[in-house]
Amino acid sequence: MQIRKLNNLGYSVGLRALELTSLIENFNKNNMSSSGKSNVSKREIRILDMLQFIGSSIWKTLFDKPSDNLEKSSENENQYMIIDNNPVLSRFISVPKEYENLNCEAFVAGIIEGILDISYFRCEVSAHSVPAEGFPNRTVYLINFDESVIKRESRLSRK
Amino acid sequence: MSRQLKQLGDDIWRNKVEKVNSELFTLTYGSIVAQLCKDFNYNYDEVNNELFQMGYSIGIRLIDEFLQKTQLSRCVNLKDTAEIVSKIGFKIFLNITPTVAHWAADYRSFGLILTENPLADFVELPDDGKASKKLWYSNILCGVLKGCFEMVQLDCDVSFIQDTLKGDDATEIRVKLIKILKDEIPAGEE
Repeated sequence: MQIRKLNNLGYSVGLRALELTSLIENFNKNNMSSSGKSNVSKREIRILDMLQFIGSSIWKTLFDKPSDNLEKSSENENQYMIIDNNPVLSRFISVPKEYENLNCEAFVAGIIEGILDISYFRCEVSAHSVPAEGFPNRTVYLINFDESVIKRESRLSRK
Repeated sequence: MSRQLKQLGDDIWRNKVEKVNSELFTLTYGSIVAQLCKDFNYNYDEVNNELFQMGYSIGIRLIDEFLQKTQLSRCVNLKDTAEIVSKIGFKIFLNITPTVAHWAADYRSFGLILTENPLADFVELPDDGKASKKLWYSNILCGVLKGCFEMVQLDCDVSFIQDTLKGDDATEIRVKLIKILKDEIPAGEE
């Protein structure tokens, strides 16, 4: 219940964050090209490109650092993971005992879901705490793409 | 005095506080207010109240952070307090410096005029005819102030009296000192 709510909060942030980040990116790129030619970045249509865009550009805009890793699940074709060793937002949060299975990074999962959804990658995203040595707050954002997205992806890679 | 405070505020802002992307902050706050509006079925009195309570919980903790970072000692009078709230408090947490104005004749209440308000960037109030009359969008700030003041023994009334989001000319928070609380020993620690 709480997770759903946090997720929804993030979702509406995600919708707007994508627009904002794209705007900033385009603006910076245009300013840098001296030729005056606009090299406006395009909407990503491939899963990997899109996830890389989230892991680098979006992460840098929102959290001032890139995400630490991007993985594809070896078991399920439709599962991808974005990994952050030290998430910015939950740095000061300690979850009380009675909410043990509440991961506050669900909010960020919602942001990712919002961004992917509005870019026509239908999916569900959940956050899982997977501590590693030296990184007690390490979080894995698990992305479950809808079947339609995977179908499109395989069609695109055949071309 | 006033210049020193400004300098101190700037220093702390630059060197001691961790920062987060302001747009993420703005969008997150907006998302929370929107959700509250839905949860309370667009009863804006309750939304105001809830925002205030959330702020209060933040305030009673934030004051520790504030005192730790600034190492300031007790204020002599409310005038001091007002200057410090504006030039240091708002500065280090929101990077804005509201103008202190509209002192009451007895110097027990003052206004904080927010020329910029990071919470309210990109915001449009719901167009239902009610929100622009009733909703104090940034009411969480009042709660924060209330909480902070209370922890330093100042019992105050804090509320918005105008907001540019509603079409007013300025955004102003009114702070009114009710009484100075006595230092009390926490229960069980004698």
